[in-house]
Amino acid sequence: MKKIIALFLALVCVACVLASCGTSADTVTLYVYNWGEYISDGSEGSLDVNAEFEKYCAENERIKQLTGGKKVKVNYSTYASNEDLYAKLESNTVSYDVVVPSDYMVARLAKEGLIQKIDVSKIENYQYIRNEFKGLYYDENNEYSVPYTYGTVGIIYDTNKVSVKDAEEQSWALMWNENYKGDILQFNNPRDAFGTAMFYLGIDVNSENEQDWINAQRILKSQKEVVQGYVMDEVFNKMESGSAAVAPYYAGDFLSMYEDNNDLAFYYPKEGTNVFVDAMCVPASAKSPELAVEYINFMLSEQIAIANAEAICYASPNKLVYENTDYIAEMSEIHENAMEILYGYDDSKMAYFYDLPDAARKTMNDLWEELKIENDKGVAIYIIGGVIIAAVAVIAIIVFISKKKKAKAY
Amino acid sequence: MKKRSFLERAALVPHLVWMILFIVAPLLFVIYFAFTDSGGSFTFSNITGLSNYADIFLISVLFALIATVVCLLIGYPLAFVMSRLKPSAQRVFVLLLMLPMWISLLIRTYSLLAMLDNGGLLNALLEKLGAGPVKIVGTPGAVILGMVYDFLPYMVLPIYTSLSKLDNKYFEAAEDLGCNGPKTLFKVALPLSKSGIISGITMVFVPSISTFYISQKLGGGRFDLIGDTIERQFLYNNARNIGAAISLVMMILILISVAVMNRFGDDDGGELIV
Amino acid sequence: MKVLSRIYMFLVFGLLYAPIIVLVLYSFNKAGTFNTYSEFSLYWYAELFRDSVAIDALKNSLILAALSSVIATLIGTLAAYGIHRIRSKTVKTVINSVTNIPMMNPDIVTGVSMMLLFAAASAIPFLKVEMGFGTMLIAHVTFNLPYVILSVLPKFKQMDKHLTEAALDLGCTPARTFLKVELPSIMPGVISGLMLGFTLSLDDFVISHFVSSSDFKTLPLYVYNQTAHEVKFSMYALCALMVFAILLLMILVNFAGSDGKKANVKKHKKTAAAEK
Repeated sequence: MKKIIALFLALVCVACVLASCGTSADTVTLYVYNWGEYISDGSEGSLDVNAEFEKYCAENERIKQLTGGKKVKVNYSTYASNEDLYAKLESNTVSYDVVVPSDYMVARLAKEGLIQKIDVSKIENYQYIRNEFKGLYYDENNEYSVPYTYGTVGIIYDTNKVSVKDAEEQSWALMWNENYKGDILQFNNPRDAFGTAMFYLGIDVNSENEQDWINAQRILKSQKEVVQGYVMDEVFNKMESGSAAVAPYYAGDFLSMYEDNNDLAFYYPKEGTNVFVDAMCVPASAKSPELAVEYINFMLSEQIAIANAEAICYASPNKLVYENTDYIAEMSEIHENAMEILYGYDDSKMAYFYDLPDAARKTMNDLWEELKIENDKGVAIYIIGGVIIAAVAVIAIIVFISKKKKAKAY
Repeated sequence: MKKRSFLERAALVPHLVWMILFIVAPLLFVIYFAFTDSGGSFTFSNITGLSNYADIFLISVLFALIATVVCLLIGYPLAFVMSRLKPSAQRVFVLLLMLPMWISLLIRTYSLLAMLDNGGLLNALLEKLGAGPVKIVGTPGAVILGMVYDFLPYMVLPIYTSLSKLDNKYFEAAEDLGCNGPKTLFKVALPLSKSGIISGITMVFVPSISTFYISQKLGGGRFDLIGDTIERQFLYNNARNIGAAISLVMMILILISVAVMNRFGDDDGGELIV
Repeated sequence: MKVLSRIYMFLVFGLLYAPIIVLVLYSFNKAGTFNTYSEFSLYWYAELFRDSVAIDALKNSLILAALSSVIATLIGTLAAYGIHRIRSKTVKTVINSVTNIPMMNPDIVTGVSMMLLFAAASAIPFLKVEMGFGTMLIAHVTFNLPYVILSVLPKFKQMDKHLTEAALDLGCTPARTFLKVELPSIMPGVISGLMLGFTLSLDDFVISHFVSSSDFKTLPLYVYNQTAHEVKFSMYALCALMVFAILLLMILVNFAGSDGKKANVKKHKKTAAAEK
């Protein structure tokens, strides 16, 4: 037995040494940090974009010069919200080469010097970016970011569970409807969650007035009673399996879910909703910024951009995708109104989230924290009942034990 | 003799260095952050600000307490029954009990979620039987159920270990002397397996009170426990000082309760059963 | 009464195993959802071996578990040797209780305290601490240490003191005495500490969650990432494989154990016969 263990350990150690040899000296690693489910990753027969990039690097002369002929390896990892990304970049204990924050986060990261300038004139495929997506509010001079995808928030609902009448109203009110208690999901991040409430109440989502945020929080609190959970990408599973009936999420993700569950439907709330652009940026702490720019350029090339757009189903700011007939056919196959949903929305009802001033952001975060840590009273009663039983049981045991102790002492 | 004592000290050096660098220093950092603001100047506001989190502390203690008691109530009889089996059968069941502990807690919790979710297997089964759907996920019950499910083996194993050491003769003697079933249980089995019970309670209570994964998945993020709050402060809100203050208070609470528990466990503690 | 206790056992084990059985069954489901069972296939098993990220994560987990448990065992065994010989009771208590802190503390507190330490260290320019393999290794060794010490220390206590004294009297150096006399008798404790450390490290999620980076992802971290989105059924395939492997191991151990016993019994019989 001892010998077996020793042998096993020896083997593992040899494996360690071998593993570390294989990856260190002759490769350059590019660290990409992106949203979850936000790239064509080779699953279900799609194109594996990161592997393609590794291949492309091996063949491209310019990149070979850049890396000195070393192999390029992409280290791809994911986050669930802009705030996660911000916390990671700000903590300064990890470094990434390419990140994909949303508009308001681009503005904030640029303002705080956490991302560096990119020379877009060096990105040959930048010419294919549609003009509407150049010089947007968060990066007016196109210095920091290159658009990756854009999208909108709407309400996804299960036609088996939500009545036609409620759905026809096309309102945010569906998320507060008592009939669907325990079947409603809400965003698990303050900006989007407050967004739903503020659009519903008709408040400016970029308000700097504290009272507006307090009002929004009030109805979020009232919503807690009917909400099943606060989720981000868990929403896919929940909606596809029919575990929830109503969820606000991104239009592109609705299409992904619809592929797996045809009972789902989608609408843009009549009160207005959020439009956003997710853009590729290079963090200030990047170790291979030049290679990062090559990666960004690669992501804009036709075949890759289409593969991504088809895999993640978000709208693309890239002309090569938007005008491609194969792509249009492919999307229409997923859902007959796919192009309409992604690209044909009413601009006048859409609002961008701006980077809030520090005071307003603090207000929002504090109110969110308060919302998260507050527990509804119904629960309290439920629990206190249980606790009394628990306490009695525990005390009984303790008393019993100490009695025994005393008995022993005599 | 002198040489030997030098060697004895030298053997301790790596451990002492490691202890100071990676056990003591990190805790000092927790204390430091708990008593400073984001600028680094001394303040009590993090600690006093914890009154906002009183609810969270309360609810976490309650959930963990209920889970622990339920584990004890389910686990004790199980351990007792197991310890009275034939030795070969005992070995099989102990291994069966340990198998779930080898599977990642994340996966176990997640597959529990897949079963209990509104559109999950349990509800599909109920639907076939004609019963209405039961909404479990997102209720306190789901969180507690998750804790019980995940940590039950940690309760059963230590109790089983202390019970299996007992000879059957104890129980036979008790019965011969006129004890009935329950009396045997309370007068003989319970006191003799006290150390097992206490380590079981500790091993269920501590992970239950500090969990964040179970409450996120099975509670749908509606019931924040201390673990969730700490995780959010560090990985999301960037509020390290508040996070450190909450961690510090939780740590002190737990260390005190563990110490109290060990008081009850006579002094044969230090027995490790995993 | 017996029937009742059997039913009870069956019930509890049934509940404990229900999700695991479901998981194993559905890992063979080609459809990759819990909603429908399309056909029995090994599709997700093949997918698992195609998933290079998962394989890398598994490799990382094994490397980290092996290294951290070995380092912890080395430091811990030496420490137990030292602690056992400390004469002052207060010093002993202090060292023991500090050592046990990572074991008593909830994982999340250990995790955040480590994170604070590394974040502070990363501010020191010449140290250049970055979250990754190094920080993970340090954290894992730290939480393995008390378990190693706790399994080795009792063996020192049980050991016959006279053996050591005899060896010393007969002219062994203390180091040689340790290697030749003490080490063999504490070996079971060392091995169980090593194994314990290996499993704990393999299974750890919470502490790693706070001190990791995308550079070095272990399997639990990879699984966590998946459960935040959608769990690919290849993960269930991996779990099913683990269940099978553990079951196999258990059966082997059980057989080996009973074989050993049988062999012993035979031996006894033989010697008994010979004596006759």
